[in-house]
Amino acid sequence: MTTPTPVETDSPLVTVADLHVGYVRRRRSVPAVAGIDLTIRSGEIVALVGESGSGKTTVANTLIGLLPDNATIGGGSVVVDGVEVVGAKERTLRSLRGSVVGLVPQDPMVGLNPTRRIGAQVAESVRLRGVSGPQVDAEVLELLDQAGIDDPALRARQYPHELSGGLRQRVLIAIALAGKPRLIIADEPTSALDVTVQSTILDHLERLVRDSGTSLLIITHDLAVAADRSDRVVVLQHGRIVEQGRPADILVRPAHEYTRRLIAAAPGLANGGRIVPHFDLAPSEVATPDPIIRLESVSKAYARPGGGDRFLALDDVTIEVARGRTHALVGESGSGKTTALRLALGLEQVTSGRVILDGTDITGLGWKQTRPLRRTIQLVHQNPYASLDPRFTIGQSIVEPLVSFKIGDRASRAARAAELLDQVSLPSSYRDRLPSELSGGQRQRVAIARALALSPELILLDEPVSALDVSVQEQILQLLTELQERLGLSYLFISHDLAVVAQVSHTVSVLNRGTVVESGSVAQVFGSPQSQYTHQLIDAIPGQRAEAAAHVEEVAHV
Amino acid sequence: MTRYVLGRVAQAVGVLWAAYTVTFAVLYLLPSDPVALQLGAAGIETDKLSPSQLDAAMARYDLDRPVLEQYLTHLWNALHGDFGMSISKQVPVTDLLVDRIGATAALSLLAGTLSLIGGFALAYSASYLRWRPARLLLSRLPSVGASFPQFFVGLLLIQVFAFNLAWFPATGTDGFSSLVLPAVTISLLTSSVLAQVLMRSFDETLRQPYIVTARAKGLSRAAVQWKHAFRNAALPAMTILGVVVGLTVTSAIVTETVFSRNGIGKLAQEAVIAQDVPVVLAIVTFAAALFVVVNLVVDLLYPLLDPRIVHVQKVSR
Repeated sequence: MTTPTPVETDSPLVTVADLHVGYVRRRRSVPAVAGIDLTIRSGEIVALVGESGSGKTTVANTLIGLLPDNATIGGGSVVVDGVEVVGAKERTLRSLRGSVVGLVPQDPMVGLNPTRRIGAQVAESVRLRGVSGPQVDAEVLELLDQAGIDDPALRARQYPHELSGGLRQRVLIAIALAGKPRLIIADEPTSALDVTVQSTILDHLERLVRDSGTSLLIITHDLAVAADRSDRVVVLQHGRIVEQGRPADILVRPAHEYTRRLIAAAPGLANGGRIVPHFDLAPSEVATPDPIIRLESVSKAYARPGGGDRFLALDDVTIEVARGRTHALVGESGSGKTTALRLALGLEQVTSGRVILDGTDITGLGWKQTRPLRRTIQLVHQNPYASLDPRFTIGQSIVEPLVSFKIGDRASRAARAAELLDQVSLPSSYRDRLPSELSGGQRQRVAIARALALSPELILLDEPVSALDVSVQEQILQLLTELQERLGLSYLFISHDLAVVAQVSHTVSVLNRGTVVESGSVAQVFGSPQSQYTHQLIDAIPGQRAEAAAHVEEVAHV
Repeated sequence: MTRYVLGRVAQAVGVLWAAYTVTFAVLYLLPSDPVALQLGAAGIETDKLSPSQLDAAMARYDLDRPVLEQYLTHLWNALHGDFGMSISKQVPVTDLLVDRIGATAALSLLAGTLSLIGGFALAYSASYLRWRPARLLLSRLPSVGASFPQFFVGLLLIQVFAFNLAWFPATGTDGFSSLVLPAVTISLLTSSVLAQVLMRSFDETLRQPYIVTARAKGLSRAAVQWKHAFRNAALPAMTILGVVVGLTVTSAIVTETVFSRNGIGKLAQEAVIAQDVPVVLAIVTFAAALFVVVNLVVDLLYPLLDPRIVHVQKVSR
């Protein structure tokens, strides 16, 4: 799929030379980009890879002239299509935006104006190109069609909230295409989307730019995505380029230590694009007589907005978590993962079926009655930035469960906080810090420590690493595994990332539209998937194409 | 949707009833002697009356019946637009209100229009300007405007524009020219309140990712602000329109007194001083009705302006 040698032209479309950009914070300039040289040729697909704080988004914003007000370009030069961007007037930058450089923003859920119709938002870009009259409508429909939206005439009249995330991302792609730009910047274009949607959208975007000869700059934290899609991968760390080259070369012979770490940390790449289960349970070991929690043929119905039939979020689903093991729930948005979690927590009541927690049937019990049971079951949220009260110190957050269950006194709670911090490998001096002083990974450790405070038996992990950088993900998964071994914890692990699931889980249930399509040991389900849907999920994991290409070359070299 | 509208109307009626009842209770059941209060307002000194004269006077004002019965009668009559007789002026309260309402309605309408224009203009330009000192100046104006006492602003305007420049009459209720100064006085406060909410809302909206999308299309800053930020930023301000209208009514009490305009506000002030309970009760009810209606209209308009809002009945619990 990748073209080994891109079309050579006389001068590159984009030339970045020794670029320095800093952000002013509290009257001090913090460097974000510290001397980057980069070229993008016409028709070339380049991927900028790096973790948060690497400066990849800053580079993209500089190219399109959309740096925030507190950013200052400290030096260097950026030439886009023959125009110098550094120091350019707003008028010059505006003439580049849309018509020379298009942008596909990160989060499609918030990237469109909620109060204007889809068609109007695409039409705006078409009109900026000088098109007018009935021709505008025709072009809008054609663009929506090109972006892979079926029934464009209907979609054009809808508002963003009426479209799914995948469709909204396609609309944003249509908007970027509308100006007929020479370069499209795709800033983490699919990280907010489901895996299968992710891969079809990336396939589509790739085909569009290849067909039209447009250059594409992919900004991503995911080396696997970058390697799959690009002609050249550029790895950034702390505002500098540490390595760049063809994906096959970078994956097989990473020259830099940081790249090697990224590859090792990316579950999809570490094992050559294949899923390798960490635990290998024999089929006979899958079922256990006394699970810590069992959802027994539960169904959950919700009312449809606007009346009509009720909608089954879960339909006759049976899930159980064996003591001391991890059971994963895998599925895309809308599959019922979160509903299952809410039922397990007792936040919602089942429509039919039974919930058995630690041998007790808790179906239909009220909040008050299940409160004592809450000590055995705890939750760790997806987003550590939102799950900690910003005004509570770390120590206060950790002991809050003890306070609310009136356990111990001030001294014993402080001792417990120190112990818990130690368990999640944070120094006890962190007790007096505020969440804002901690990194994402450290915050997630605090959230885990808080969940451990009441010595629960079961912890529900709701996408616990998906908001974190890859290398941090790795550490948190490691911590969870260690804690399980040491404390004999059971986990119900919710994730959309199959590679992550394979790393920590013993058993898995694959959910699709409210039903379990497949379940069993991870080795069995991922090793020889029986259902079409599980196959689709596995095929959509990024990193496989690049690995295959690298493998082919490897063989050729030998 | 029909169900939602009916529900909201029922709610509005409930609020109105509560306002009437609470006011009635406060005015009639406070630990003073409502009989003496009202008869005193009518110029009758209870101390000097013989018991039989007192009974006759009380019977005349329906004060001899139990409080609950009085309340029910008053409520029933109020529902039919009859708020009883003004004690101090000896005319039906409804006639008084009808007589005065025109002046206040004109004042409120002009003040409301000025506040909308002023509030939006200020917030819009503050978020459009890029020169920091000017931005800072504009963003501080609302708190200054909101902190001047209205009687002071009114007197200041009279001094400058009526006495010194003689552009507008200082007092009176005749014609448009007499409206200007009181309306400006009121709108200084209300437009400041509006501008404050709008400014915050503009700041918030311009930080949204869809603004980046719009700018990346190559739209000018003016186009981005007008086509993408304005409507989204104006939505939260809708919520306080009810408060703003309420403010114009209460402000009318002060300004109509300062500018000697014969409106509801001045009537309220006179009625309170004369302890004319039926008139006060009617005015409070009227103000509550206005507030309730404006809020109802805002709530019903909201779905038209924001396509995301659909009113759905909750069925699951």
